[in-house]
Amino acid sequence: MGEHISLTVNGAVRELDVEPRRLLVQAIREDLDLTGTHVGCDTSQCGACTVHVDGKAIKSCTMLAVQADGADVKTIEGMANGDALHPLQTAFWEKHGLQCGFCTPGMIMAAADLLANDADPSDEAIRHAIEGNICRCTGYQNIVIAVRAAAAAMRDGAGAPAGA
Amino acid sequence: MTDVLDAPTSPLGKPIKRTEDPRFITGEGRYLDDIKLQSMAHMAILRSPYAHANIRSVDVSAARTMPGVLAVFVGADIPYNPLPMAWPAGGSAGIQNNVNTPRILATDSVKWTGEGVAAVVAETEAQAYDALEAIAVDWEPLPAVVDAEKAIAPGATQLHENAPNNVVFEWNVGDKAGTDAAIDGAEVVVRQRIVNQRLIPNPMETRGDIGWYNPGTDEYTIWMSSQTPHIQRLLVGIFTMGIPEHKLRCISPDVGGAFGTKIFCYADMALTLFASKELGGRPVKWVEGRRENYQSTIHGRDHITYLEIAGTRDGEVTGLRVKTLANLGGRLSTIGPGIPTTLYARVLSGCYKIPNVYAEVTGVYTNTTFVDAYRGAGRPEATYVIERAMDLFAAEIGMDRAELRRRNFIPPDQFPYENPSGLGTASGGAKIYIDSGNYEPAMDKALATVGYKDLAAKKAEARGRGKLLGLGLSTYIEVCGVAPSKWIGAVGEGWGAAMWESSNIKVHLTGKVVITMGTQPQGQGHETTYAQVIADQLGIPMDDVIVQHSDTQGTPFGYGSYGSRTSSVGMTAAIKAAEKIKAKAARYAAHMLEANVEDIEIVGAEYRVKGSPDKKKTFQEIAFALDLAFDAPEGMEPYLDETAYYDTPNCTWPFGTHIAVVEIDEETGVVDLVRYVAVDDVGNKINPMIVDGQLHGGIVQGVGQALWEGAVYSDDGQLLSGSMLDYALPKASRLPTLELDETVTPSPVNPLGVKGVGEAGAIASTAAVSNAVIDALSGLGVRHLDMPYTSQKIWSTIQSAKGGQA
Ligand code: FES
Ligand code: FES
Repeated sequence: MGEHISLTVNGAVRELDVEPRRLLVQAIREDLDLTGTHVGCDTSQCGACTVHVDGKAIKSCTMLAVQADGADVKTIEGMANGDALHPLQTAFWEKHGLQCGFCTPGMIMAAADLLANDADPSDEAIRHAIEGNICRCTGYQNIVIAVRAAAAAMRDGAGAPAGA
Repeated sequence: MTDVLDAPTSPLGKPIKRTEDPRFITGEGRYLDDIKLQSMAHMAILRSPYAHANIRSVDVSAARTMPGVLAVFVGADIPYNPLPMAWPAGGSAGIQNNVNTPRILATDSVKWTGEGVAAVVAETEAQAYDALEAIAVDWEPLPAVVDAEKAIAPGATQLHENAPNNVVFEWNVGDKAGTDAAIDGAEVVVRQRIVNQRLIPNPMETRGDIGWYNPGTDEYTIWMSSQTPHIQRLLVGIFTMGIPEHKLRCISPDVGGAFGTKIFCYADMALTLFASKELGGRPVKWVEGRRENYQSTIHGRDHITYLEIAGTRDGEVTGLRVKTLANLGGRLSTIGPGIPTTLYARVLSGCYKIPNVYAEVTGVYTNTTFVDAYRGAGRPEATYVIERAMDLFAAEIGMDRAELRRRNFIPPDQFPYENPSGLGTASGGAKIYIDSGNYEPAMDKALATVGYKDLAAKKAEARGRGKLLGLGLSTYIEVCGVAPSKWIGAVGEGWGAAMWESSNIKVHLTGKVVITMGTQPQGQGHETTYAQVIADQLGIPMDDVIVQHSDTQGTPFGYGSYGSRTSSVGMTAAIKAAEKIKAKAARYAAHMLEANVEDIEIVGAEYRVKGSPDKKKTFQEIAFALDLAFDAPEGMEPYLDETAYYDTPNCTWPFGTHIAVVEIDEETGVVDLVRYVAVDDVGNKINPMIVDGQLHGGIVQGVGQALWEGAVYSDDGQLLSGSMLDYALPKASRLPTLELDETVTPSPVNPLGVKGVGEAGAIASTAAVSNAVIDALSGLGVRHLDMPYTSQKIWSTIQSAKGGQA
């Protein structure tokens, strides 16, 4: 059925046959059973589906699975290194950066992209970076605090696990 | 037996990291759409493109032949009742309610864009949606009406035969004659029409269900994104499908936000169960799309209110008269009529001692999505009315807004206070009253933090930068911890349920404690806070407490989580269960230690003989011995397993002062929220970190209403704000850091002294921001403006105030 694609997901090569219309988020959730990536809208507004493709945060509902053929994809499930949480995961937990948790994977992936490019972002930069990610629970306040805390931890050498 | 809590080791009141978070931060949460069952089929629902139309016929023959299609259903195929109405307005007090609730699928006509008309079940979701397009409906479009005032006007299109003039009910509360006299004889009366616009709640997870019929046992199971699995056994099971509780198991997996929307009984629930049965027991999944969510899950607010506030020139408010039209949509949601009546009009006087209050509320049908409880449910609408009214009155008599509030607060020595808008209206001694409060310290703290006395200087400074600065106050109270069953039953509001809660505690052989309850979390962190409370009660580490919830199989019946009731009602039930556990453990310890139970004292997890500190048994030792029961005394049952049911004697009454500061760019009309100070009194806190998080979220939802959000319909009933692209939700970049502070007046109602915090932020903040924007524009002669304060609306207002082209 459909197109054959091959992509690296969280470090492992995955081969899939997908309908041409299949969205990357559907392939991730339904074909690969990585349900940590969520779907919160149908107009590319909410950011719940944010993953990394070739190191950049993208909304996986805006990309077809066939477009990701050959790409390196990282999802929330690939952020921790074994039992060692990514500093963003730790900070979200410690700073109460989540309530229902539905936006959280996308928030963490978006924030990771920010921190890869800006090791010491201002609150304003953090708020700007997560503008495409909607959270209805937290009012964003503790998310901003968590991202700031993660940035500090990473500057202090808390390891971002492999490749994050 | 005496109980000495070992306070230093107790987790109660500490900002403990949430125990549920590890699964959410690693992507291991399990929300409805993450569940895959063997042989599961997928359902899609065809929804009406018209706001008002008759259905001449539905042809599903082509759809039936589409690839992967397993079944197609129309309304006539479904043998169930229309959805239940659980809270007619004043139903048992003889108020006429012209009830029309949705059918599982519409049969003869549709009343809003998005009403379900047919359903396809297919092997895959894509095939189900493909087949929807092959269904041909022969429509007879009818004129539509979306505005409540237009709907009750002569000549308006009529939605329902049993609802003349599109009226659902006409209800009132308070002393009409007294209020009329107070207003007629007042020195000053201020009148204003205000609109509390319709909102789309937008939990980040939409709704969804998986229905499964087991032909081997003739039992049904439903997984659903719901706040109320227990109640759904009644609403979906008995009332809609005619199947009793013991034949239906309801499970809520992790719920990705709810804010009220997931309290209710929706047609899709029974539809997935019906489809599974028709398919001979294949599970059937339906997951709502976001645009679908905007049409088929409840909306909130949507009031048009005419308010009149009266008093003396020196600032004594003597009367409040309110007439509200509540737009309830094309058909009624589960408790739609209860929100603008009991939960709104009965608390209209807020934290003020206003002697005469009278409110008339008319529920109205329009060709729009149904309206029901959204975060705060009635109380944000009430707070908006009274807080706008206070500002209008202060402006009219030229008094400082804070001073007017101060003069009219219910004084601290007048509690318990029975307000005149009918909280106490009940027979049989089941009144409720505002039990405690001390409003001035909270307001003074907020005023000091924001630097209120320097406001004029701040305005002048902003003026120099081309900005109009405004400050808005909202001094609110909230009714939490709903509610004494006696009051709910006696007050004659027709709420068809009780409001107690339950909890069960089992202590395993190893001393590990499993607690289950009838409440259900949607992000509030109950797995953490219940564990904090029970670890404190039993003197054991939190790690030894396992919190299980949200499955009707294995949890005691409860009414669920909404109305900020879990901590005050649900956790009190858990404490009662823990007290029973301790009492039995003490009896058994006495037996083991050959002492009298009166001589046993409990210190943390140790059960000691008073005066002989060496004679003691630990909780774990007792649990172990009672589980094995080799040596249980005559008449004592083995095992530690206790259930408690708790009906609260009163609601709880959080209060506080929120202050918003905005700056408006005169050139563009853009409103920036530059500061937000909130001083809340929510009583004692089980986990202050979680409390702050609840306040943040609630405040921002309320800010969203004031500044950006609003559901917009075209005159013919198309939802113009029909997707997240068109409905402006708060974003991180548009918000300041919120400044929270507190006063702490423990609630006298429950042993924890807690009041509830889930809704407080949303109740207070809309009025604070609205008052700030209007304050900013007051220099231009603006005394009121309806929300949301989009830049276009503000720019036009500024232009017309200046006499320019608006
Ligand atoms: S699902 Fe909302 S942006 Fe992708
Ligand atoms: S934590 Fe619920 S949407 Fe962000």
